[in-house]
Amino acid sequence: MSLEATKEFNIDTVENAAATPKVELPWAELGLKDNEFAEIVKILGRRPTAAELAMYSVMWSEHCSYKSTKNHLRQFGQKVTPEMKKDLMVGMGENAGVTNLGDGWAVTFKIESHNSPSFVEPHQGAATGIGGIVRDIISMGARPIAVMDPLRFGAIDHPDSQRVVHGVVSGIGSYGNSLGLPNIGGETVFDPIYQGNPLVNALAVGALRHEDLRLANASGVGNKVVLFGARTGGDGIGGASVLASESFDDTKPSKRPAVQVGDPFAEKVLIECCLELFKASLVEGIQDLGAAGISCATSELAANGDGGMNVELTSVLLRDPTLTPGEILMSESQERMMAVVTPDNVKAFEAVMDKYAVEYSWLGEVTDDNRLTITWNGEVIVDVDPSTVAVDGPEYDRPYARPQWQDALQADTFKASDAGKNLPATGDEIKAAVLELIASPNMCDKSWITRQYDRYVGGNTALSSPDDAGVVRIDEETGLGVAIATDANGRYTYLDPYLGAQLALAESYRNVATSGAIPIAVSDCLNYGSPEDPDVMWQLAEGIRGLSDACQVLGVPVTGGNVSLYNQTGTTAIHPTPVVATLGKLDDVARRTPSGWREDADGQAIYLIGKTFDELDGSEFANLRGHLGGLPPKVDLDVEKELGEILINASRDGMIDAAHDLSEGGLAAALSEMVLRYGVGARVALDDIKKRDGLDSFTTLFSESQSRAVVAVPRSEEVRFNDMTSARGVTVARLGIVDAQSKSLEVQGEFTVSVEDLREAHEGTMIKYFG
Amino acid sequence: MSTELPLIGDYSTPTTQLSGARIGVVTFPGTLDDRDAARAVRAAGAEAVSLWHADTDLQDVDAVVIPGGFSYGDYLRAGAISRFAPMMDKIVDAANSEAKLPVLGICNGFQILTESHLLPGSMIKNDHLKFLCRDQLLRVENNQTAWTNGYEAGQEITIVLKNQDGQYVADEKTLDMLEAENRVAFSYVGWNPNGSRRSIAGITNEAGNVVGLMPHPEHAIEAGFGPDHRGTDGLTFFTSVLTHLVGGKK
Repeated sequence: MSLEATKEFNIDTVENAAATPKVELPWAELGLKDNEFAEIVKILGRRPTAAELAMYSVMWSEHCSYKSTKNHLRQFGQKVTPEMKKDLMVGMGENAGVTNLGDGWAVTFKIESHNSPSFVEPHQGAATGIGGIVRDIISMGARPIAVMDPLRFGAIDHPDSQRVVHGVVSGIGSYGNSLGLPNIGGETVFDPIYQGNPLVNALAVGALRHEDLRLANASGVGNKVVLFGARTGGDGIGGASVLASESFDDTKPSKRPAVQVGDPFAEKVLIECCLELFKASLVEGIQDLGAAGISCATSELAANGDGGMNVELTSVLLRDPTLTPGEILMSESQERMMAVVTPDNVKAFEAVMDKYAVEYSWLGEVTDDNRLTITWNGEVIVDVDPSTVAVDGPEYDRPYARPQWQDALQADTFKASDAGKNLPATGDEIKAAVLELIASPNMCDKSWITRQYDRYVGGNTALSSPDDAGVVRIDEETGLGVAIATDANGRYTYLDPYLGAQLALAESYRNVATSGAIPIAVSDCLNYGSPEDPDVMWQLAEGIRGLSDACQVLGVPVTGGNVSLYNQTGTTAIHPTPVVATLGKLDDVARRTPSGWREDADGQAIYLIGKTFDELDGSEFANLRGHLGGLPPKVDLDVEKELGEILINASRDGMIDAAHDLSEGGLAAALSEMVLRYGVGARVALDDIKKRDGLDSFTTLFSESQSRAVVAVPRSEEVRFNDMTSARGVTVARLGIVDAQSKSLEVQGEFTVSVEDLREAHEGTMIKYFG
Repeated sequence: MSTELPLIGDYSTPTTQLSGARIGVVTFPGTLDDRDAARAVRAAGAEAVSLWHADTDLQDVDAVVIPGGFSYGDYLRAGAISRFAPMMDKIVDAANSEAKLPVLGICNGFQILTESHLLPGSMIKNDHLKFLCRDQLLRVENNQTAWTNGYEAGQEITIVLKNQDGQYVADEKTLDMLEAENRVAFSYVGWNPNGSRRSIAGITNEAGNVVGLMPHPEHAIEAGFGPDHRGTDGLTFFTSVLTHLVGGKK
């Protein structure tokens, strides 16, 4: 950064800026485009000061301003019906959405990306991703109760995956474990398309009583503005504008200094300290410091409030006393919060800080002039309308068009391709394919990762990975809790961006319903390439349209999320990867449904709910044969909803003891995983399904048709289960029974594979590559 | 003081005497499992009392649990800063006093107890250098302590193991002494998950009132929220101390 070039530059006051209009400013270096810089000059009626330039550059970055996607993202709001809104307490735009759970409880959750930092510095990048999303949750007045991590890496055998996977997993583990937040699930996908752009998304969920809800606004003239937590350092400067809003390119210098460094201990203390502040009602408004640091916190608090704000920047406690005003404004040092406190509460606030030994400094106060004024030793270095910084940033209607190659891609179906010839047909061939599938990088056991995370802390984890959804209890008296699942399939979305986004929602919705919870809210993390590429922009526009349409049909509102763009290496973009997190409600988590059967389920009937079609395009099996083309599986959201209701009702009424959704890897993966969950075997036959759906054995097992689940039904409940499904007109087939004696999975007439062999195949892969 | 929760376990004395038991749970900056320890205390039928590290009042508790976590971030040797907390001075005095206050240190709590010299040895990073969270099989080697009297000698139990610095180390003389004096309270069964010397998972002091272990009994007290199999094996720690407090012998 060249902001520290000269002493004069460092104290570039508003007065000085007005007097020296001709000074060259490094706006391009800070990521601003020429039209954007011209707009800033127009807004201010003069050139910006160095500090103002720093603020605008980070706040108008793609990461903070959503300038390329705002016009599309509006659909999420426009397509929300009053019915979908009835439990929504805080919608999109705040730090995180808040949904009513009843009994005076509310839940807040959000998913965010920390992709670019995690590639540059995997450990710290992933760690601070957790830190940032957790502070969003605290900012709403909630106690964080769990985290999840959907991860996408390059090829499992690529040398750089060693660096990235070890770093990311240890980063998430060391930060999340030290916060005392159970890690209850996520996904891990390996695909060469993510080699130079791994996706490290982080989700946090928190619970709060209705009366504890807090918002990020600065109101009440004369109220004090305080910054507390860690000191401000030189780390993460320009993280949002430079790292997250540009493509990587080998020709540019290392951006390591733009990655923040985390201190989970400081964050844990900050969590407890904030909760004590909320309990005693000591803050009027609160905002965490994440992307764009103090620039973001001051401008957003002021823009959301009913007045202005005056801040003395030399009051900020620093780790590095040489930082310039611009750097202080842009620093993304972690574990910091900003709050607005009434003068009456100042003493009590300080007492809480002292109890937790948290450092704080009073920066200024709320004013009534609708301006954000920042001074440096009393000299004005920022004087702006905060809305122009935080709210009314640039907005682009980027050109987009269906790529020319899309038709050819969709015409290239798996079964017609060379890769689709000689598909497994005999029992032995199918058995070998099943073992190959469950040992493959995407389908293999991921406990090498999850055992590095604490899933037990808090004592409220009712389900966690590898179950379909993570389930946590919120109210110990009643058992009220939530289930969350995150899903995405970049291959499906590449084949059809509109359907792919809907498929991501359908799967996460299904996973939540499979656990027995009623889906009530959605958060999304839209990971795409460069919006300046019309092909990518089309994928993005289609994804948002698809997801918002699907939310409307399923009746679940998007409550917040994040857009991550420029995920590309050179001109090669990642597969469009909209990661969708669905949150569901369980009145009593004791009723949740695990994803496998235990020994005491011996003799229970195994049913497949839903119809199977010949759908192998984009599947895991096609992926194993190196093929990607055709159309993704069909989505029928009405059928999906019906399946969800059956799974939820059957769980509530005690009709099923285990359930697992069908997704990647189809029936073959689902049956294997259910057997492996508790190491208890099963005997099944495919004849009825093959006949009904007109399929061969291989397709029946490996098709990835949607809206399907396998359930285990106690014998005593079979009549009731069949009555319910036939009354609802849902397709079901009795596959076979749980067999606790056999120690194997037997697909009658095809093959038998021992639990031991399944386990060896499933568990060996991650250990082979990562030790 | 009475409690609404039913008492669980096999007691040799009437429950009315137990219902007044007050067990302190200490919170340091960075402690994580304090709520869980308090829940375990309540599940056993006693009253959980919060103890803040900076305070000096033990509040007349009958026993103390030092729960797990990353106190002070474990940036220095785990437990090395927490041992200097004013509350620790009180606990060390009470544990060594004639009254022999029962003290249980779990995970970071165990590390704090070794740093405080209430227990010998120390913990270093797991031999595989990673954080590890798993359902862990243990053998109860000594069922004569304040915290283990409800178990059978040699009983195998499954509770949660989750730590980064769980490798128990001590010099050979100390290890021999611990074994000779039957002061190994728990050992790992099957696989040694962190390279601990002689597979030691937990130890006790000479008097049997102070017990420390790396695995987490407080995460195995409620079916459905702990290990997949036999999820409540840890509750006996907390019922054992109640039995001990009323002078009950197994």
